[in-house]
Amino acid sequence: MTAGAKLDQNTITHLKALEAESIHIFREVAAEFDNPVMLYSIGKDSSVMLRLALKAFHPAPLPFPMLHVDTTFKFREMYDFRRDVAEQPGINLLVHINPEAVDRGINPFEHGSQAHTNMFKTQGLLQALKAGQYDAAFGGARREEEKSRAKERIYSFRDRYQQWDPKNQRPELWSVYNSRVKDGESIRVFPLSNWTELDIWQYVYLEDIPVVPLYFAKERPVVERKGALIMVDDDRMPLTSPDEPTMEMVRFRTLGCYPLSGAVRSSAKNVPEIIQEMMLTRESERKDRLIDFDEEGSMEKKKQEGYF
Amino acid sequence: MSDRFDQDELIRSDIHAFLAQHEAKELLRFVAVGSVDDGKSTLIGRILHDAKGVYEDQLADASQTDEGGEVAIDFARITDGLQAEREQGITIDVAYRYFSTPKRKFIIADTPGHVQYTRNMATGASTANVAVILIDARPTHGVLTQSRRHSYIASLVGIPHLLVAVNKMDLVDYDQARYDEICADFLSFGQDLGFKTITFIPISALMGTNIVHASPKTPWYDGETVIEFLENVPISGDRNLDDFRYPVQYVLRPNLNYRGFSAQIASGVVRVGDELTVLPNGQSSRVAGIDTYEGEIEQAVAPLSVTIRLEDEIDVSRGDMLVPTDNQPHVGRTIDAMVVWMSEEPLDINKSYQIKHTTRYLRANIDEIAWKVDLETLEQVPADELKLNDIARVRLTTHRQLVFDAYKRNRTTGAFIIIDTLTNNTVAAGMIAEPTDGMEESEFATTHTGVSPNERKRLMGSAGSVVWLTGLMGSGRRALGFELERQLFDDEIAAAVIVPEHYDDPAMSSLLTNPETCAAAARRMADAGLVCICVVDAHAAADRARAAEIVGDERFFEVHVSTPVEVCAARKSDDEAVRLAAASFEDPSADVLAIDLTDGDDETAAKNLMRALRAAKVIPTR
Repeated sequence: MTAGAKLDQNTITHLKALEAESIHIFREVAAEFDNPVMLYSIGKDSSVMLRLALKAFHPAPLPFPMLHVDTTFKFREMYDFRRDVAEQPGINLLVHINPEAVDRGINPFEHGSQAHTNMFKTQGLLQALKAGQYDAAFGGARREEEKSRAKERIYSFRDRYQQWDPKNQRPELWSVYNSRVKDGESIRVFPLSNWTELDIWQYVYLEDIPVVPLYFAKERPVVERKGALIMVDDDRMPLTSPDEPTMEMVRFRTLGCYPLSGAVRSSAKNVPEIIQEMMLTRESERKDRLIDFDEEGSMEKKKQEGYF
Repeated sequence: MSDRFDQDELIRSDIHAFLAQHEAKELLRFVAVGSVDDGKSTLIGRILHDAKGVYEDQLADASQTDEGGEVAIDFARITDGLQAEREQGITIDVAYRYFSTPKRKFIIADTPGHVQYTRNMATGASTANVAVILIDARPTHGVLTQSRRHSYIASLVGIPHLLVAVNKMDLVDYDQARYDEICADFLSFGQDLGFKTITFIPISALMGTNIVHASPKTPWYDGETVIEFLENVPISGDRNLDDFRYPVQYVLRPNLNYRGFSAQIASGVVRVGDELTVLPNGQSSRVAGIDTYEGEIEQAVAPLSVTIRLEDEIDVSRGDMLVPTDNQPHVGRTIDAMVVWMSEEPLDINKSYQIKHTTRYLRANIDEIAWKVDLETLEQVPADELKLNDIARVRLTTHRQLVFDAYKRNRTTGAFIIIDTLTNNTVAAGMIAEPTDGMEESEFATTHTGVSPNERKRLMGSAGSVVWLTGLMGSGRRALGFELERQLFDDEIAAAVIVPEHYDDPAMSSLLTNPETCAAAARRMADAGLVCICVVDAHAAADRARAAEIVGDERFFEVHVSTPVEVCAARKSDDEAVRLAAASFEDPSADVLAIDLTDGDDETAAKNLMRALRAAKVIPTR
């Protein structure tokens, strides 16, 4: 079998079933909401989500814009990748950066990961959703990813303050989704809910979906911070001495702000090798994200505040 | 840990072989039911752990090192929920979990015990191929009411295969007799529930007995282990491949030359050239092409999401269903269905709900509750209301034609949810029954109001009523009526006055002069939430009694404007008519409020009347 080989048309494998389910979700939302938007994070899940969305409306262009809530601290290779995606025909990729966070010079080094993430991501997202008056926002979160997501609905209801109340979510049966919201209320939609990390990578492999090269191992300049390997991607990174960074063969399992994304030492240079490594280490991918460890249940808290 | 699942060797030595194997896996969804005490969390934790569906850092959270340095895994903690739940020590909702074995990929719907059981289980079970029910083997437990209830709900939502895991066999010394007894107990009711297969396995989730490997502790058992069963139970035959059903989701029109209808195939197979009919409108055409991102295909099978082009330019939009011309579903406005009520707010039989069925929203009224299920005995009992977690058989009328199959035949075109139009919450799930003979199709979908008294009350702030002003002409009734209307309005209570003579249309005027007709009209206004003030001659006591009966005693308030006949006559030019009327006037009984308007101070009189109306709770107290 070669990368890019298409799935057989008549057997219903689990990936075919997941693909069909995700496409169904995209179409339901596009048909029933006035103003949907697809949140785009540049990561592998976003890449798969974009492919599924394109499949849902082929041969027509995407009937909704994509939105990247930028933090100004993404890896440079992510910005390159984003530019390439935005240049594809039929794609309207919007970028929002919280102007207040920029004015106040918020950064993860001086203000810490919490303040940085809250200002750029959570507040930035809320600003952008409000400004765009979006009544539905697709996100690439998966239930398997993190404990607090295991019970997340596919249509996750948000009140007019964009808040998520775990005790007040609508029951969701079959694939019949309740899309009724009042003015100002909205939903977050998770078309990848039932995908696992392995499914994502296998799909990337089978469908030959482009992903940011940072996922593949390469010699990169890194320093150690709080037990994590942080890549020195530009000169904003405070160093103890100019020759502190060491070149190491590393890759990233999840991508976010470069100062907050831990690299893993790896030699995996292609998707099968990534899967091999992932299956043999079996540590949850969020382990490398510094923002999850601030306090007990921190992801759940962020969600209630409006983070994805 | 078991080597049965261990794919590490394959992953290490030949990743491409592993990927090929993983790619070919089928998806099986199962719901695990049972209370915490039955060991459900332990079973799920054990399966996830053995199948390496748990990441090592998550596993570390669930592990404790005891005094002797032994690492003990609390399997139940692996499935731990949200912080909000941990704090309250309860499980609120259905959690979804994922693992795979060399043969299949699995999605577990993990439904909590006790609290809101029915609702959660129905949710988790709605898409499941298999239900795994745990029964505690200990003599004090066995097949309980709860096991029967779980099995019933599993069968209700159409799960084809049931696995009864007889757990805690270690606590009954792996006793075959006890196991056989439980199986027999279960089958005594379980075999009538309509499952395609029922399988029993003696297990100990805690000890790992018969979960992955056949255990030497149960030499008398030669069947499959839990994992073997989940890997092998045939599910491809459960898909309905006979009836092609295509509920159109989205019409693609990227340019003038292309018009495609996108949907996920609910059931069946479609091929290029097939003759299809669009329901409910009934036009037909043939499939010109089936498009996917990968290109055109010759045929497509459920549950794929595709786009169909038709040969003819016929009218198709979202909510329509494409079906084979020679194999059509039912079309109608009256349906019988089983519903599971999922809202704290009970069913309000007088109000209209929205239902969402496939890709359509329709207004619907629940006309009748045929019976509900007593969840203790599983018997049908009469019911006049539906509350949270009730399961009932109801009859619904939709305001437009519904295109459906019976749920038993089709879990997509036979299913719907019920939505409260005020809160937008999903309040119930419905499963459509096979239409029976003699089910009358109503001519108009909604032959009665879809707005209930409670809804009106919520909008209007109060329930309506009728204030009936009786008395002689010249008594000042009319002025009092309008003054009362003004004062009610100032108190934010909507009111209206009926004075028959004020209608320009003489036919209308004469109709309303009849006390009975006037009362019927007033009743409608009161229904709508208004305080209706009637200024109409009803000199006979019998007429007034009849009016009270029509409106309903509890919201009918009679007032006698008792201005003396001399005063009335003096106010009118035709004083003889007043005296004649007075002769036929039958005085109301002493308990009817009398207001003498000799002084003509209708403002004070209306104030007093307001007070009386409040005291009698005809209008709300401030």
